[in-house]
Amino acid sequence: MDKILNFEHKQSAHCENGVVSNLLRYYGIEISEPMVFGIGSGLFFSHMPFLKVNGIPVTSFRPLPGIIFKRISKRLRIKFEKHKYPKPDIAMQELDKNLEKGIPTGMLVGVYHLTYFPDPYRFHFNAHNLVVYGKENDKYLISDPIMEEFRTLTYNELKRVRYAKGTFAPNGHMYWVKEHPGRPNLEQAIIKGIKHTCKDMLTIPIPMFGVKGIRFLSKKIRKYPKKLGARKAASYTGQIVRAQEEIGTGGAGFRYMYGAFLQEAAGVLKKKALKDLSYEISDVGDKWRQFAVITGRIVKNRNKADESYDAAADLLLEIADMEEKFFIKLKKAIS
Amino acid sequence: MKSTEVPQDDANMMQGKFREPVYSLDKNGNFTTVRSVGWNPKNEVMLEAWDAINQKIASTREKVIAGELSPIAYHLEKNLMDVGLLAKYTGLWKFKVKRHLKPKYFNKLSNDILLKYAEVFELSVSELGDLNLVRSEQPPTTMKIKKWIKY
Repeated sequence: MDKILNFEHKQSAHCENGVVSNLLRYYGIEISEPMVFGIGSGLFFSHMPFLKVNGIPVTSFRPLPGIIFKRISKRLRIKFEKHKYPKPDIAMQELDKNLEKGIPTGMLVGVYHLTYFPDPYRFHFNAHNLVVYGKENDKYLISDPIMEEFRTLTYNELKRVRYAKGTFAPNGHMYWVKEHPGRPNLEQAIIKGIKHTCKDMLTIPIPMFGVKGIRFLSKKIRKYPKKLGARKAASYTGQIVRAQEEIGTGGAGFRYMYGAFLQEAAGVLKKKALKDLSYEISDVGDKWRQFAVITGRIVKNRNKADESYDAAADLLLEIADMEEKFFIKLKKAIS
Repeated sequence: MKSTEVPQDDANMMQGKFREPVYSLDKNGNFTTVRSVGWNPKNEVMLEAWDAINQKIASTREKVIAGELSPIAYHLEKNLMDVGLLAKYTGLWKFKVKRHLKPKYFNKLSNDILLKYAEVFELSVSELGDLNLVRSEQPPTTMKIKKWIKY
């Protein structure tokens, strides 16, 4: 028999936050996307020149996939049941059993074969999250946090994306809420989340992460045109902006989201200082957008040597200073 | 960023399938989300990435038609894969996949192996070996953004 849950779907800017927020809402715990993002310490920066994807060094504005999820469940004391299945058909059977029991189930999927995704976004990226909450006329009902509305997938389509191959291959990974405390202790969780982000951004003693990482990238960008030639330098720089602006990874977008988190946190903790800081991080977001404009222009003029690299590098240094000041203040505000 | 400043530069990157929520400040200084259809700097870098991919597909297509590479090489590029990923999807060794990109080895492949490739590319075995199919598919071209707003 087909069973349809009363599952409410809200669109979000980042899939991991969105799935957690949507799943918890089903159990009566109303936690917004920015709240999940802040408590899960989703703001980060890293530039790792030795780690390459398609021959281009990785710059990332987020922690590894799955980490926000891990942190939020620890900090809000929500227990998730998690499973991976070696056999695709068994993974689908287990999903059906879950749906029969009325459990909305989150899972990891690959984006490339997701039929409802717009083509320009369909790369072989495997750490996308969505919730399956029912089955109707042999079609699975999907709450994909990136989409504005519900979507559906057939058995074979869903099986295929659950068994995408490559980096972060999901292997049918699925998860659902097993136990939750009813009303979580938000105050404590918020403070933990903020402290962790400050620590990540300020004190990791390796120059590739946090504020230091931004300065490191600045140094590298300055050298790109001479070291790599016009075309390749443009590709390298374009990759940074793609990491920054594409769905689920955002640089500027994440700063704004963090601002939204701080505003909410200011209300919960009754600390006005956090609200003031939310405007400051919004300004930092604006700077990141400026950076995207400069680098976008570099990419547009990709076949010519361009002098904007220095401007981009200078801007990064400015951003690094702003973020350093911001996180020092933030650390003080909650201690 | 203010809500009124959230850019709406449509380059059809989302093909009307969704709009992206952007957190921004409303007139009372509270954060809210506004849905955006796109932003030109971002559109530009995405198009650049696709331009590089399309160039690669086009040059591989030429080589396949010229008989330097097997049709697998073309379908591999078209599906945005590399040898490692295709090896994982087919369950074959990487060095074997590399070998099958050469027509010499491709022509000797058994039906079982061909079927594995065909399934991954969502083709039939006869379509997989069909050079006319490769010829008939126009190489993709990347669109250009004409309007570049100054910031």
